[in-house]
Amino acid sequence: MYVAAKGGERAIENAHAWMAEMRRGDRSVPELTVAQIREQMTLAVARVMAEGSLYDPDLAALAIKQARGDLVEAVFLVRAYRTTLPRFGASAPVETGRMACIRRVSAIFKDAPGGQVLGPTFDYTHRLLNFALMAEGAAPEAPVAEPAEAETPHIAEFLGQEGLIQDEPSGAEIPPDLTRTPLDFPAPRALRLQALARGDEGFLLGLAYSTQRGYARTHAFVGELRIGLVAVEIDIPELGFALEIAELRLTECETVNQFKGSKVEPPQFTRGYGLVFGQSERKALAMSLIDRALRWEELGEDFADAPAQDAEFVVSHCDNVRATGFLEHIKLPHYVDFQSELELVRRMRREAALASSREVAE
Amino acid sequence: MTADYNFAYLDEQTKRMIRRALLKAVAVPGYQVPFASREMPMPYGWGTGGVQVTAACLTPDDTLKVIDQGADDTTNAVSIRNFFHRTAGIVTTEETEAASIIQTRHRIPEAPLSEQQILVYQVPIPEPLRFLEPRETETRKMHELQEYGLMHVKLYEDIARHGHIATTYAYPVKVAGRYVMDPSPIPKFDNPKLSDCAALQLFGAGREQRIYAIPPHTKVVSLDFEDHPFDPGHWDEDCALCGASNSYLDEVILDDAGGRMFVCSDSAHCRTRRKAGHVGPLGAPYKEEDA
Repeated sequence: MYVAAKGGERAIENAHAWMAEMRRGDRSVPELTVAQIREQMTLAVARVMAEGSLYDPDLAALAIKQARGDLVEAVFLVRAYRTTLPRFGASAPVETGRMACIRRVSAIFKDAPGGQVLGPTFDYTHRLLNFALMAEGAAPEAPVAEPAEAETPHIAEFLGQEGLIQDEPSGAEIPPDLTRTPLDFPAPRALRLQALARGDEGFLLGLAYSTQRGYARTHAFVGELRIGLVAVEIDIPELGFALEIAELRLTECETVNQFKGSKVEPPQFTRGYGLVFGQSERKALAMSLIDRALRWEELGEDFADAPAQDAEFVVSHCDNVRATGFLEHIKLPHYVDFQSELELVRRMRREAALASSREVAE
Repeated sequence: MTADYNFAYLDEQTKRMIRRALLKAVAVPGYQVPFASREMPMPYGWGTGGVQVTAACLTPDDTLKVIDQGADDTTNAVSIRNFFHRTAGIVTTEETEAASIIQTRHRIPEAPLSEQQILVYQVPIPEPLRFLEPRETETRKMHELQEYGLMHVKLYEDIARHGHIATTYAYPVKVAGRYVMDPSPIPKFDNPKLSDCAALQLFGAGREQRIYAIPPHTKVVSLDFEDHPFDPGHWDEDCALCGASNSYLDEVILDDAGGRMFVCSDSAHCRTRRKAGHVGPLGAPYKEEDA
């Protein structure tokens, strides 16, 4: 007699318990606190906030802990939580020109008002494992300079004064929101930028790299890359003025790209734009390269059949929560469909065998 | 959990948005209505579309049944049932007849459904033309123009190559004489149940942000040719446990010497039959603890 396997419910409970135990690891090692992750894994926290579309370092750190360091899983946890949050209103656009920069570099001018500020960067470190970090030591201290008094203007503004760089057409008053309205194509630039800002860093990196290697090459100069704090202001109708409600750390990148000009327009530079939560230079750079590649139609360029130019391809596939969900769902049982495939293959093999035996007989 | 979240998890505004999409879907049978799918606490691909449709339809008086591969005890069916039990506090059941809403993945229950029931399908890829044309901008145009020739060419090529149509699941159908529709990855064996079904059939694709519907008693035709009519397939075997000769069967491997048996994929159907005294060649008379 046969008894069919049952007990999915108990199996799920036990799997969760096992996973929780594995998450904790060796109990003789002290448990990580969320504050430690928030303070010492800041770039991981930034990535989870950026791709999770929710600026909250504590929740991002919690998600990283819960996800055992799997950042895509952590992004998913943050996204699922984000969906449940009520919306009180929309802030005024943040003024990145008034950013309190901790880093600001331009690759197109040796110096510019506001100066070059390297800030906390890996750029010129030698990638040698620092074994001193294996031992716990005194907290390192960096020399301190006086903060700059003046605002740091955008580099592109200097080019704009001469008409050397295209003016950005101003978009719709209220930008579209792909988390509230279903995605539709062709997608306007604001919507593409939203998708890219939430998109997977690895996917964006690969696509941006492909443009550098010749798949829709739009040779990009880093006009400016800046990281720092900006104020978030919200209009309070009852008060009649805007209040600062929060500060965000952002990474902003603007690239300067070639443009041949046309009959009606003299040659001028064009732009690609990237803006990401937290310190996330790789993502901001990649985003600006892809943004520029996606603008081929608007700038009258040829479609070179390159993936980075194809808005439907890029926007439909850059979200890692969707991608990983659909990829991983093939682990779920599919035996009903497989059964019908099994029957078909058996039938086709029977027919093939019959046909070849008939041939032999003839 | 019920205290922390709204009834059936989604907030009322979101449910309203989904219900609007559902109404449009019912009004235009087989048409894929875009909706602003939300991120759910289970992954895309795990039935987020179906879960959102179910959440938008549930009332506190509903009785919910969830099946995956036809069975109530498959892991993901258990997980979704628990989700609604926790977030909506509703009654759940494994009996097809006792349910007012049935959420399903990959099967249609064997027992005929009634006008009092809603069947909610989880859909991975709602676009039947997607594997012939990857661009949404193109496929939407093809639906607008009823340009379905490509699909018939694909089916014809199957016949030319294999002597018969080689699509065994997610077999395309035409709904109410207008839209070609993907019935979700149900085996083609289930396709005849789509047509003239008394229950309302709703399809939710979360990741792809689409909802579509077949209203009760709508004509649904599986695509075919006059000289190659649609064949839902049949089984040489009967269910080893309940002896059913007309249900969809799963093949179970019993040993490493090629031993296998076939059992009903619809676990509730099999149990009901065994309860009624039917016994298959490998089955034993029904006992209450088997439930």
